[in-house]
Amino acid sequence: MRHMLILGGGTAGTIMANKLANALDERDWRITVVDGKEEHYYQPGFLFVPFDIYRMRDLVRPRRQYLPGRIRFILSSIDQIDPEKKKVVLANGEALRYDCLIVATGADIHPEQTEGLMDDEWGVSKFDFYTPRGAERLGRFLKTWQGGKLVLSIAEMPIKCPVAPLEFLFLADAYFTERGMRGKVDIHLVTPLSGAFTKPTSSRVLGEFLERKGISVTSDFGLARVDNEQKKLVAWDETEVNYDLLVSIPTNMGDPAIARSGIGNELNFVPTNRKTLAAEGIEDVFVIGDATNLPASKAGSVAHFESEILFENIMEHIEGRPPRAEFDGHANCFIESGFGKGMLIDFNYETEPLPGAFPLPGVGPFKLLGESAINHYGKLMFRWVYWNLLLRGVELPIANEMLMAGKQVV
Amino acid sequence: MQTAILGGKTLTLDADGNLADRNDWNEEVAREIAALEGIPELTPQHWAVLNFMRSVFDKEGDSPSIRRLTKESGVDTKTLYQLFPKGPAKKAARIAGLPKPKGCI
Repeated sequence: MRHMLILGGGTAGTIMANKLANALDERDWRITVVDGKEEHYYQPGFLFVPFDIYRMRDLVRPRRQYLPGRIRFILSSIDQIDPEKKKVVLANGEALRYDCLIVATGADIHPEQTEGLMDDEWGVSKFDFYTPRGAERLGRFLKTWQGGKLVLSIAEMPIKCPVAPLEFLFLADAYFTERGMRGKVDIHLVTPLSGAFTKPTSSRVLGEFLERKGISVTSDFGLARVDNEQKKLVAWDETEVNYDLLVSIPTNMGDPAIARSGIGNELNFVPTNRKTLAAEGIEDVFVIGDATNLPASKAGSVAHFESEILFENIMEHIEGRPPRAEFDGHANCFIESGFGKGMLIDFNYETEPLPGAFPLPGVGPFKLLGESAINHYGKLMFRWVYWNLLLRGVELPIANEMLMAGKQVV
Repeated sequence: MQTAILGGKTLTLDADGNLADRNDWNEEVAREIAALEGIPELTPQHWAVLNFMRSVFDKEGDSPSIRRLTKESGVDTKTLYQLFPKGPAKKAARIAGLPKPKGCI
């Protein structure tokens, strides 16, 4: 009996578990999923919680409910991976040997990595919205806030869902406008990037959007520390930005077990072959989702596209053949832009987000890199798609490889 | 396709404005790019960082992040920002004749 071990039961791990449970013969393979938490959160929903659009309790389900019956689920965090002995030691002391290992341990925020960020007023005038607790606390704070300078600060790249900071700003603009207090709130983005986003065309388009909504930007800001007494962000070159309300996107890092195992980079992400998704230099180990060091977005859509590739490659691998399928870095992200509208971007390793129509060239119904109401409904509908189709490994009517058809080269 | 006259030759640049072909790079070209980036002189400390970046790129096909520079090049973050103001990883990659680091996605 061979053993398929999946570390992490989030988006990537759950999709892989479902695909492999259907494909691997029960007489030959047992499958185990390990995760330190009982709850599976729909993370794209966190963004909406501070603005009272979603409630946190509507975004959470039991992890086991999305894993097929044949799968053994172990509730434990991971102590260490030992690729030499092909075993994983869990925090609960149990040691699991594997024939094939999938690392899907994700990424988490680490506010403690920035000097002063968590001291004093964390949860009082400084918040995150990447954790259930952070998003809820920020929501409670906003209900009674009288206005002032709201600063959204990105500590360091890469981050999960690189469009989330922009969506937060757009939604904040709409939220304060609808409450009749937009005039009392100064909304400001502080980013280590040279513009609003990572790639040139979308950075320009999204930058114009920010401007139109009266949201100002400080770019190339390498955050060194937070001065709590004077309520200001200080950069490594000593430039400063003051705030009344700080919404922070702290440094994102991979699971601490990756560091303990000595298989990660400086942010505990696992060096991964960008095409095959095999862990670089480690036999019988594959990596998927936010846990990789790939130059692709850390997002559920990427995990989904990767899962199709990884599934094929694992099926080849266990038959003793070399991997054949190649990941192209495909990402597809809805961007909520406020007032019932949204945008959509579709891109990969080589092609930056471009304007156009999606998924049917010239038709849509979704509009790429432009605003429309239907994009917004697409985003809201996606929560249903996530729980009912995506996690279950069902094929979606979206091509796995990014297509140029329908995109305008600018 | 953008070009720039560097080291007495017309060289092709990529979409980010970095050298398209790293074979076009030499120390003179580096000094000229640095001057355009507002760094009048490349000190031994600059060169330590640039050489570290080039060696990482040779091995791994991508330039290191600021965090990795701090951890492994022996130069702390504050000094990196003094040497290469406004984004050490991006700026040092450009001067070292390398593409913009892919890590900042």
